[in-house]
Amino acid sequence: MPAVEVVEALRTRFSASASPLGVAVPAASLLEAARALRDAHGYRFYVLASATERSEAIDLVHAVRNLDTNDTLFVTTPLAKTALEAPSLAFVWSGAEWYEREVFDLFGIRFASHPDLRRILLPDEYQGHPLRKEFPMDTPWGYRPATPKPEAAS
Amino acid sequence: MSAGVEVVEREFGEMALNMGPQHPSTHGVLRLVLHLSGETVLKAIPSIGYLHRGVEKLSEHLAYEQLAPVYERDDYLAPSANSLAYCLAVEKLGSIAVPRRAQWLRAFVCEWQRVASHLVWLGTLGLDLGGALGGGTTLYMYCFREREKILDFLEDLTGTRYHTNVNLIGGCRYDLDAARAAKSRALSTGIEAALPELHAMAGGNAIFGARTRGVGAISKDLALSVGVTGPVLRASGVGYDVRKAMPYDAYGELPLTIPTRSAGDALARYEVRFEEISVALALVRAIGDGLPAGPIFSRKPIKNPKATKLPAGEAYVAVESPRGELGIHLVSEGGAKPHRLKINAPSFANLQVVPHLLPGRLIADVVAILGSLDPVMGDVDR
Amino acid sequence: MSDASLPIVNQPRAPEGAVRLEDFAEEVVRFPGGGIATLRSDVLFHWAQKSSLWPLTFGLACCAIEMMAAFAGRFDLDRFGMILRPTPRQADVMIVAGTVTIKMAPRIRTLYDQMAQPKWVISMGSCANSGDHYRNVYSVVPGVDHVIPVDVYVAGCPPTPEALLEGIFALQRKIMAGTEGAADARR
Repeated sequence: MPAVEVVEALRTRFSASASPLGVAVPAASLLEAARALRDAHGYRFYVLASATERSEAIDLVHAVRNLDTNDTLFVTTPLAKTALEAPSLAFVWSGAEWYEREVFDLFGIRFASHPDLRRILLPDEYQGHPLRKEFPMDTPWGYRPATPKPEAAS
Repeated sequence: MSAGVEVVEREFGEMALNMGPQHPSTHGVLRLVLHLSGETVLKAIPSIGYLHRGVEKLSEHLAYEQLAPVYERDDYLAPSANSLAYCLAVEKLGSIAVPRRAQWLRAFVCEWQRVASHLVWLGTLGLDLGGALGGGTTLYMYCFREREKILDFLEDLTGTRYHTNVNLIGGCRYDLDAARAAKSRALSTGIEAALPELHAMAGGNAIFGARTRGVGAISKDLALSVGVTGPVLRASGVGYDVRKAMPYDAYGELPLTIPTRSAGDALARYEVRFEEISVALALVRAIGDGLPAGPIFSRKPIKNPKATKLPAGEAYVAVESPRGELGIHLVSEGGAKPHRLKINAPSFANLQVVPHLLPGRLIADVVAILGSLDPVMGDVDR
Repeated sequence: MSDASLPIVNQPRAPEGAVRLEDFAEEVVRFPGGGIATLRSDVLFHWAQKSSLWPLTFGLACCAIEMMAAFAGRFDLDRFGMILRPTPRQADVMIVAGTVTIKMAPRIRTLYDQMAQPKWVISMGSCANSGDHYRNVYSVVPGVDHVIPVDVYVAGCPPTPEALLEGIFALQRKIMAGTEGAADARR
């Protein structure tokens, strides 16, 4: 359960709102909210970054933890599919660096002022972002041949 | 010196050395680009993804009931921890009850695999540190001797040596009878008795100490900021263990001690993991003795895997795998397949600390540091 | 040390399925303390090749752990003359143990090309054979035979060390029979 007072504090300062596992923060105030979470609220432990594709937007998710209160907070940032850019949190929690590279690799979200924004799991020259819903799972590439289609019964 | 000879001193400058993805000490297919000045590492750039199998995309195409065995192949040294995290996430989102006996049995297999996983780690650490430990393969042979006994027991219990596939959504697949419980107890005392011998070959060895003490020290601040987990975090003075902090399954009722060190170096990580073997063996005995009676599966037999549907929502569940916090962030929009499933892999978080540790160290320390972090590439790349 | 109720099974010296030289001899004369076998020279060369198959240390995924178990004390591949080599230049056989991804495939091809002739490939496990349940995933090559020619396929997910042993015996039989290796067939 997200700590209620933290959500309340973020709501007034960073126009945040409650979300199922934490708070939703707009991209414009994500960096400031992250700094406040780390310095004022004790969320010093970085857990993960991820993204979820919704019908209109892609939700960027960062999870951070306060080890004193043992509270894991999910910070969700909805990004419009036409403007997939968010501020990088790699200078707030250095653990965010690789997680943001993974989100960039698999979803194509660009992180402003990221120290080293390259693909991490797929080859550098790979085309496309596989975890997007419009990306077919069996896309051929390199040594990966096209999946043979089952022949129609004659 | 004759007049024709001219002595030229040359500065060779920086050399980039490519280590991996095929290298005996990178624990699979990790690649490190090391920038060297002589023997000293100036910069280390890990390159991962050589085992990226797209499990998260595959999850969106398979039904809930079909997915648990897929995750067993992720962190292949602790298969049950992976499928357990997944089953817990589905059970949380779908409000599916798990019988108490099944909860204990799942923890039972997980703890046995924790011992087996730590034995593989110790054996491969012996291989990495090589000549220092009596020809390198000695420790590996002894560790695999003990591990084979565990795999034999698991094969007897589940029919499979390795990917045991015990976890089901809403329960557990195999029951533990009295004869096998006695066998488990005898096995755990046998392995407990073999531990001093393993320690004498590893931590008790002066050369091992010299190669790991003060090597690759992670400060508490760095550990928190990078988000390293598991034994790596506990060796840096943070006594965080998911089994204690967010108890799942039977762990709320079991006696659990958490080994912690504050030095943060490779030796501290060794000590934490080595003590965890004893803790896991104690847990196995406690589970075998106190196993509650009752059913092991709460649901009706599943005939059509696509019939299991979850309500819309999202859940995050973490378990303590041998490498640390293994989390599943499951997002459902209703239906028989996950909308999005993010696996938060402990090895991924732990490996991220490597560029912070290697600069300034010698090449020989690289394998000691990597070995002490215990990354599993299937877990890193997913 | 180890409990008597859980013995480590000692494999017999020459397991069933292992290839023996006398099966290929034209004539065997036995006398106390030894014997003389008459052989064709190519059989002798094949025998030497199959008796010192040096594999490349090359693990990809889960199967690599079972391969390590096969090299450890219990199954002990050393007794078949299999000694792990960390460099492809010294290796005779490549055991592809695990999932082949599009990022790894060019490296596997490079390693294979660096191995000296004669060379053989054992594909270990369902992932290397066919891609297993990952075969339709964007980043996975559905079978290592899209990348390099394969001599022996070992089934299982992962195959037990016994299954790997059987695969190695199959390769030894193939070498002793003088069958053209997959690498030669492609040339």
